[in-house]
Amino acid sequence: MISESVVDLSRLQFAMTALYHFLFVPLTLGLSVILAIMESVYVMTDKEVYKDMVKFWGKLFGINFALGVTTGLTMEFQFGTNWAYYSHYVGDIFGAPLAIEGLMAFFLESTFIGLFFFGWDRLSKRQHLGVTWLVALGSNLSALWILIANGWMQNPVGAEFNIETMRMELVSFSALLFNPVAQVKFVHTVASGYVTGAVFVLAISSFYLLKRRDLGFARRSFAIASAFGLAAIASVIVLGDESGYEIGDVQKTKLAAIEAQWHTEPAPAAFTLFGLPNRETMQTDYAVKVPYLLGLIATRSLDKQVTGISDLLVLHEARIRNGMIAYGLLEQVRAGDKSAATLAAFDAVKQDLGYGLLLKKYTARVTDANAEQIRQAAQDTIPNVFSLFWSFRLMVLSGVLMLGLFICAFWASARKNEERKPWLLKWALWSLPLPWVATQTGWFVAEHGRQPWSIGEVLPTHLSASSVSSSDVWGSLLALVAFYSVLLVIEMYLMIKFARIGPSSLHTGRYHFEQTLIPQPAHA
Amino acid sequence: MFDYETLKLIWWVLIGVLLIGFALTDGFDLGAAALMPFVGKSDDERRVVINTIAPHWDGNQVWFITAGGALFAAWPMVYATAFSGFYWAMLLVLFALFVRPVGFDYRSKLQSPRWRSSWDWALCLGAIVPSLVFGVAFGNLFLGVPFHFDGDLRLAFQGTFWQLLSPFALLCGVVSLSMLCLHGGTWLMMRTEQDVAQRARRVVQWALLVYLVAFIAAGIWLAVGNLEGFAIRSAFDPGAALNPLAKTVDQSNHGWLANYAQYPLTQLAPGVALLGAALAFAAATARRSGVAFLGSSLVIVGTLCTAGFALFPFILPSSLDPASSLTVWDAVSSQKTLGIMLVAASIFVPLILCYTLWGYIKMWGTLNAGHIKANEHGLY
Repeated sequence: MISESVVDLSRLQFAMTALYHFLFVPLTLGLSVILAIMESVYVMTDKEVYKDMVKFWGKLFGINFALGVTTGLTMEFQFGTNWAYYSHYVGDIFGAPLAIEGLMAFFLESTFIGLFFFGWDRLSKRQHLGVTWLVALGSNLSALWILIANGWMQNPVGAEFNIETMRMELVSFSALLFNPVAQVKFVHTVASGYVTGAVFVLAISSFYLLKRRDLGFARRSFAIASAFGLAAIASVIVLGDESGYEIGDVQKTKLAAIEAQWHTEPAPAAFTLFGLPNRETMQTDYAVKVPYLLGLIATRSLDKQVTGISDLLVLHEARIRNGMIAYGLLEQVRAGDKSAATLAAFDAVKQDLGYGLLLKKYTARVTDANAEQIRQAAQDTIPNVFSLFWSFRLMVLSGVLMLGLFICAFWASARKNEERKPWLLKWALWSLPLPWVATQTGWFVAEHGRQPWSIGEVLPTHLSASSVSSSDVWGSLLALVAFYSVLLVIEMYLMIKFARIGPSSLHTGRYHFEQTLIPQPAHA
Repeated sequence: MFDYETLKLIWWVLIGVLLIGFALTDGFDLGAAALMPFVGKSDDERRVVINTIAPHWDGNQVWFITAGGALFAAWPMVYATAFSGFYWAMLLVLFALFVRPVGFDYRSKLQSPRWRSSWDWALCLGAIVPSLVFGVAFGNLFLGVPFHFDGDLRLAFQGTFWQLLSPFALLCGVVSLSMLCLHGGTWLMMRTEQDVAQRARRVVQWALLVYLVAFIAAGIWLAVGNLEGFAIRSAFDPGAALNPLAKTVDQSNHGWLANYAQYPLTQLAPGVALLGAALAFAAATARRSGVAFLGSSLVIVGTLCTAGFALFPFILPSSLDPASSLTVWDAVSSQKTLGIMLVAASIFVPLILCYTLWGYIKMWGTLNAGHIKANEHGLY
C-alpha cells in the first residue's frame, strides 16, 4: 500500500507549485492581449506614445513571463516525478493535450517572444505587430490545451479501461476536445486572465495619475485597460463556469459542497449566502439564505433539483459496492479467466471500478472490505465543504468588486475625468491584489472540489502517487519552497522597481525622470 | 491509416527527432551559456554572448518541454518510470533550468556588478548541470535501471541518486557535456567577433578533443568491457497491445552491439559523429565558423543516433527484473492516441521549423560590444 504521507506531501507539492505557477499565468494571458491591442493602436495611429506603452508594459510582462516559464517547467514534469501511477494509468489520454500544447501553442509563444523583445529594429511595423499577436495567440492556445487536459480530469469523457494494458485508453478524441467542462473552463479561465492583465495596467496607471506624472502615457493605458477589463470581467461573470456543474457526478458533488447543499431540497433550492458549514451535523450554522436562487443559478430552471450531499453519499456507497464487484472480476480476468461471461460481467460494472479503487486506501484487496470501510470510502467522496464554501465566496466577492471598479473606471475614462477622481484612482491601485485572490481561490475550488479523485470517478488521488519515499518528497518540497521564495522576492523587487520608475525606464528622454531638474531615482 | 506496429516504430523515430531537435537547438544555447563566463571577460563581452542566444533560447527550450509532453502522450510508462525513478536527477535538471528564464531576463536589468556576475555563474551552472545529467541518464540506460512492476503495473524503484554516478555513466556525461560545449562554441564563432570569437574557437578545439576521447572510450568500453546488453527472447506480436510483463528478456546482447551486426547501415551513426568531429576541427582551424557549426551539428545527430540504434527496441532496460524492461513495443500508448499524435506532429513540426527558421533569419548577424553599448537598455 502507498504511504499516506507520500500522497499528502505530493498533493501539497502539486498544490504549491500549481498555485505558484498560476500567480504568473493569468498576467501573461491578459497582458499579452493588452500589448497586442496597444501595438495595433500604434500601427493604426502612428503615435510614438503607443509604441512606448508596448515597450514599457512589455518590460513588466517580461519580468512576469520569466517566472511563468520557470514554474511551468515543474508542471510539465511533475506528473512523471510525483504522480507516476497517474501518468501510467491515464497518460494515453492526458498526455495528448499536453504534447499538442507544446507543438501548437508553446512553440509559437516562445519563438515569437524573442522576436517581440529583440525584433523592434529588425522587423517592419506590421511584422512586429503580427509577432505580438502570435505571442498572445500562443499563450491563449496554451491555456486551451491545458484546460482540455484539466477538464478531462474533472469529467473524463471519451475514454475506456483496457483490461490488457491495465489503464484508461482514448476512444474518442472529439469527446476529449469538446468536453463541455473543458469548454466552459477555458472561457472562464482565459477571461479571468484578461481581467488580471487589465487590473494590473489600470492600477499602475492610476499610480502615475495620482503622482501626476507621465499623464498622457498613463491616461491612454488607463483607457485601454478599463475598456478591455470591463468586457473581460463581464465575460467571467456571465459565462462563469457554473453551467459546468450540471455535468457529471464529480461536478455535482463539487456544486453541493461549494453551496453547502447538505440535503436535496424541493426545486428550486434556496441559495446560502453566508454561514458556517458543519460537517458533523450536516447543517450550515447561522445560514443566511435567499429563496429559489440556487435552483435558478445551478439548473437554470424552476423544476430541476440540486442533489444534496446526503443523497450523493447514498449513491456513492452503492457505486462503491458495485466497484468491489468490478475489481473482483478484474482479478479473475488477470488470473487467466478470459471467458466471454466474465468479460461481459466486467463490462457491465466497469464504470464503477474507480469507486472500488477508493477502498484501496483501507484494504489492499478491495473485495474484502467491510461495511465500515465502505462507509469511510463513501465519506471520502465528499470534499471539505467549509473551505470550498468560503473560497468560492471569496472568489465571487473579488469578482463583484472588480466589476464595480471597471464600471466606474470605464465611465470616468469615457468622460475623460479620471484624473479628477482620486478616490477612483486609489480604489484601482488598492484593487491590484484582487485578481490574484480570485484566480487562486478559483483554482482551489476547482481542484480541491475534485477530491478524492485525480481523475473524476476513475482514479483516486491516493492511488496516483509515485512509489517514492516521503523523505524524497519532503526534500523536493522544501527545496521548491525555498527556491521559489527567493525567485518571488527577486521578481517582486524588479517589478516594483520598474513600475515605480514607469516609462522613464525606456530611456527615450521623453518621460518624467529624464526631464531636467528632476532628481533621478536609483539608476535603472 | 498505419497499423499499430508501424505507428510504434514511427513514434520511436519521432521521439528521437524531438530529442535531436532539442540537442541541436537548445544544445547551442546551453553550450553558449556554459562557456559565457569563460569566453566573455568583461560585462560587455558576456552580454554579447547572452544576446546571441537571447531571442532564441526560449523557443529552443520548448523542444525539451515538447519532448516531455510527447513522452507522456506516446510512451506514458517511460514518462512515469524515468522521471519518478530518476527523481533527484530530474529535479536537479529542473532546478538548473529554473535559473535560465529568470537569469536571462533579470541579469541586465540592474547595474550592480555583483548582481550581474552572480547571474552569470548561475546561468553557467544552469547549463552545465543539465548537459551533464542528460549524458549520465543515457549512460544508465546502457547499464540497466533498477526498477520493476507489480501486477497492477505499479512501479517500484530501488536505486538512489548516487548509484547513477557509475564510471560508465559519468563517461557518457562527459560525452554529452563536451558535445554541447562544442556546439555552443561553434555557435559563438559564428555569431560573435574579435576576442570572444577567438576564445570560442579555442574552446571548440579543446571540446572536440575531450569529446573524441570520451566517445571512443565509451565505444571501446561497450565492445571489450563486461557490459551485457539486453535482448527480448519470447515470441510476441509487435502489432498487438502488450503488457510489458508478458515478455521474457535476457542479457545476451554483449555490449549492446547486436543491432550493429544485424543491420550494418546503423554503423553510419558513429561514422557521422566522427566525420562531424573531423569537419568541425578542420573548419575551426580554417576559421570557417559556418562549416564548424555544421560539423558540431553532425556530431550531435551521430552521437544520439549511435545510442538510440544500440538500445533499440529497449527504452528503459530494467536491471532488477529484465521482464519489466520498457520497449518500443510495450511501453506505448494505444493505436488511436499514437495515430492522433502523429497527425498533430505532421501538421505542427513543419510549421514550427518554418517560423523558427524565419526567426533565425531575422535575427541573423554577428554581435559586438559596440552593439551592446548602443542598445544598453533594450538588450539582455
